[in-house]
Amino acid sequence: MHEMGIANSILEGVARELQRRPGSRATKVGVRIGEFAGVDPDALSFAFEALTLDTDFAGLALAVEYVAPRSHCRDCGREFEVHNYEVLCPVCGSLNTEVISGDELEFTYLEIEDTEATDTPRSKAQTAESEPAEPENPREKLAESKTEEMRAEVEVEKQ
Amino acid sequence: MNRVPMEGKVLNENARVAAELRERFREHRLFVLNLISSPGSGKTTLLEKTLETMPRGSRVAVLTGDLQTENDANRLKRYGYPVKQIITGGTCHLDARMIEKHIADWDLEQLDMLIVENVGNLVCPSSYDLGETAKIVLLSVTEGEDKPLKYPSIFFKSELMVLTKTDLLPYVPFDANVAVANARRVHPDMEVVKVSCLAGDGLSEWMDWVARRRETFLSALSQAVG
Repeated sequence: MHEMGIANSILEGVARELQRRPGSRATKVGVRIGEFAGVDPDALSFAFEALTLDTDFAGLALAVEYVAPRSHCRDCGREFEVHNYEVLCPVCGSLNTEVISGDELEFTYLEIEDTEATDTPRSKAQTAESEPAEPENPREKLAESKTEEMRAEVEVEKQ
Repeated sequence: MNRVPMEGKVLNENARVAAELRERFREHRLFVLNLISSPGSGKTTLLEKTLETMPRGSRVAVLTGDLQTENDANRLKRYGYPVKQIITGGTCHLDARMIEKHIADWDLEQLDMLIVENVGNLVCPSSYDLGETAKIVLLSVTEGEDKPLKYPSIFFKSELMVLTKTDLLPYVPFDANVAVANARRVHPDMEVVKVSCLAGDGLSEWMDWVARRRETFLSALSQAVG
């Protein structure tokens, strides 16, 4: 269950990105994960939700692009996607192939919106009406306390 | 709403520390192996045999990771080489920061080889680069032949698969050829060594592989310098 640590790292990445963009808040973060990265997308979504719940990141969506590994044929030089561990080159039928990617675990994009628009005081009802999915306090204050807590829990390290 | 491109690895911090470690290891010409397997596949036993077989005075050190207890370190210390236990306290893998912390008071110049025994787990350790020269995966014959297909990540990233406990082959329905074929579906270039630490079979092939891999590491270093 290292997905908790990975979800935490995604949030740290988002927080870093937001620091460079004052006045914005994140609504969605995109990551690309290779099938050979050893990350379970469901476990990651679960962890991500647990870490963002009741924090300033609540409502932040995680979009996972799960990508197939790619292979390279040493005989004909072609590159191809690997499905179901089929290492045979689909072009020339050679078995002399090598997997060249598949362990991606990287950011792709961040969807942000201006916090300026939500800065004017509005009643709860108005907020709920116009943006039902939005948390009440959409400032870019970081959800450190929660993630710190989780980290302390999992990384108790003794000499 | 506005979509902006975002770059970089998710485990950026671990990748950064691992890259620093790899650079330090290269500076000190220190060959580093990262041993990964399920719990009970025989990592510690293979290490014991390795330390026992090494020529006296070899400059080797061991880091061994577990959720709890100093048991493995105590087992390995008997061979007289520097050994440190990393207790993760629940974390299911070692990360680069733990390695950095635990080698802090070792003089790397006095070492030729560092063997890291990861936490017993076929999944999580594969996501964390430790700055090692090579990852090695162990699979025991009491596990399923389809482990490489169920847990492709670690078989994809390991240079060598050590098939352990081969003395049990007559008693278990495990087809070694199928296991090797499965590993090579994920990783066509996978090298394989079959060992029985109990009977001693295959240990010389294992030691030869380690020696050969270290030579490759060192010659790559001198080429880079030259």
